[in-house]
This record gives sequence, structure tokens and C-alpha cells, in this order.
Amino acid sequence: MMEHELSSIEKDVLKEIGNIGAGNAATAMAQLINQTVDMAVPTVNIAAFDEVMEIVGGPDTPVAAVVINITGDITGKVYFVLSIAEAEFIASQVTGEPDIQLLNGAPPKTIAISALQEIGNILTGSYLSALSDFTQLNMVSSVPDLGIDMAGAILSGGLVDLSQYSDYAIIIDTRIKGKSHSNRIHGHFLLLPDPGSFTKIFNALGVYRDDE
Amino acid sequence: MNEPKPVVRVGIAELKIVKSPNMIRTSGLGSCVGVVIYDLSQKTAGLAHIMLPDSSLAKQADLNTSKYADTAIDVLVKKLTSKGKRPSVLKAKIAGGAEMFQFSTSNESMRIGPRNTAAVKEKLAQYGIRIMSEDVGGNSGRTIEFDPETGRLHIRTVHKGETII
Repeated sequence: MMEHELSSIEKDVLKEIGNIGAGNAATAMAQLINQTVDMAVPTVNIAAFDEVMEIVGGPDTPVAAVVINITGDITGKVYFVLSIAEAEFIASQVTGEPDIQLLNGAPPKTIAISALQEIGNILTGSYLSALSDFTQLNMVSSVPDLGIDMAGAILSGGLVDLSQYSDYAIIIDTRIKGKSHSNRIHGHFLLLPDPGSFTKIFNALGVYRDDE
Repeated sequence: MNEPKPVVRVGIAELKIVKSPNMIRTSGLGSCVGVVIYDLSQKTAGLAHIMLPDSSLAKQADLNTSKYADTAIDVLVKKLTSKGKRPSVLKAKIAGGAEMFQFSTSNESMRIGPRNTAAVKEKLAQYGIRIMSEDVGGNSGRTIEFDPETGRLHIRTVHKGETII
């Protein structure tokens, strides 16, 4: 299977994809919360489905995640995953509401949900447009959806299409972190291209695979 | 208080069998369905974390039989009826099959939760295995834990707390 056999140049290309997409999104994020946002070097993981959950802290871990479907020349999904504490912090920053709680039993305030949806919209949109510019591939994003729930429950939805082909996912993970925010858990941009999309990405960037 | 019992964990698209005093758990069920098939007289139970309804959807060479409702239930039943028992003496409890996102697109894969639930029920009915209780649908993630000693299925969600079915 191709996913077990990424060459080092292919991995580098995918890392660069994560870099460019998340770099753009991090800039947008910095403007939204008015502080510097650091970005880690992207990692390319060939992960079993269980390991996908571990990337964001385990299947039980509550997270706030925005997900968009990509259609067009390539297909796949982009997730922007935050810890609950980070999502509350960012929603507070953006709305000016001091005490936003997402998991206190009562349904979260509408303004918090709207803020997170809009943040997700802006960030995933800028992630994708950078990718589209870089690869010259047409990518259309769906309306983003927000989920506040266990990481396993949210991320497994993104693996369903892929799971018909494989028990592994190639995940391009870029972590970001607001500089003055001391929370230990980082936000993650996860890009999960569908299996057929890798060849298109590599071809678009001038990397040709041996098996073709 | 009793000693905490050891818990066997089942990952996504996996299945396992336990015997009391072990408990069995799977975490973060969204559109996936957790199927527990058990035999209280033997204090044994099997749990599968099912992702897809039907193995005919598979486009992979090496079929992961734990991933699909039809094949996973076949495996569980086979493992639990090894002493010449009829499958209909077994009982089941199920949880999961949520719709985590309401996408505006008509993407069929987003309907996978209800499809998984329907496929599990149909397969259990074929074996004559009765579903004793269920907590399916909705839009919450679930973590479930089953005790083959008592037959109780413990369900936890992040929004609505814990229930036992």
C-alpha cells in the first residue's frame, strides 16, 4: 500500500503543505486574538485509526473541532482541533465575553458557538486557500461544522470514507500555540487527504512516484 | 469498596472477548456502533467497535473483519458459541451510531451512524440474538464499558453524564 511507503521527498512535500496551510491560518489566528501565534514544524503521520485519536490526546478527550470537507481536484478533510480550555479562551478573546464555558452541562451560549464556527471558518478557509495557491489545484470547502465532544467520536467521522480502503490514515499535523497563553495543549490543524489525492498533490508539485 | 476490576480496551475497528472479572470498554464512539454480545451463564462477553455497515463496501485487499457490522458479529458469535451452543442463547446490548455533524452536503457517509445501527440490528436478528437494551442515535459521542458479571453496560457522554443500560 502506498501509505506505508512514503519516500522522504514525499514526506517533505506533505510537511511543506502543512507548513503553508497552517502558516496562513496561524497568521489569521494571530489577528483574531491579537497576539503572536507560534507554529511547530508539521509532522506527517502514517497512523492507525487509534493513533489518530492519540494525536489529540486520546479518544475520550473532550475537544472542540471544526471540520470542513474538501472537494474539487483533491478531496479530503481539514480539522482544526482545540482543547476545551483553548476553545473557551479563544471564544472569550473574540467575543469579549469573559466567562465562556463549553462543557458545564448547560448548552453553551449561542454567541460562543457562533464565534467558534466563524473562527473555524476563517482559519480553515485560509488554510485551504494557501494550499490551493501553492499547488494550483482547485479546492472547494464545505460549510464548516463545529463539534464539541470526545475526540474519538469527532475524528472517526473523518475516517469513515478512508476506512473503506485502509486501516491507516496519512495525517499532516501542524500544531499552533498562542504565545502568551500558558495552556499546555496546543491547537492542531489536521489535513486528511483521501487516498487518491496524494498522487494529484505530488504531481502538481512536480514529484513523480516510482510506481506509475 | 470492591477492588476495581481490570478493564480490557477495544480500539476503533477492533474486537475482543473477556471473561469476568475483566470488564471491557471502548472509547469515543461517534457514528461507530459498540456491540456487546454476552453470555451471563458463562460470564463472558465480546465487544466490537464497528465503523461501517457492510463488508461489501470494502475496497481493501486484507479485510479487517472487526470493522464491519456483518463480519464483526460473525466473529463475535463464533467465538462465543465455541461449545456447540446455539447463537440465540446469546444476548446483546448496543450503543453509538450518532450523527456527530449535520453537514449541509448530501454526503452519504455522513449518514453512516444510522446505517451502522440498522446493519447491526439486522445481523443480530439473523442469529436470533435479542437486544436487551440500546442507546443509539442522537449526536453525542459515547464511551461504553460492559461487565460480563452483571450484564450492565455503562455509558458515558461529555454532555449528558453517565447512564447504565
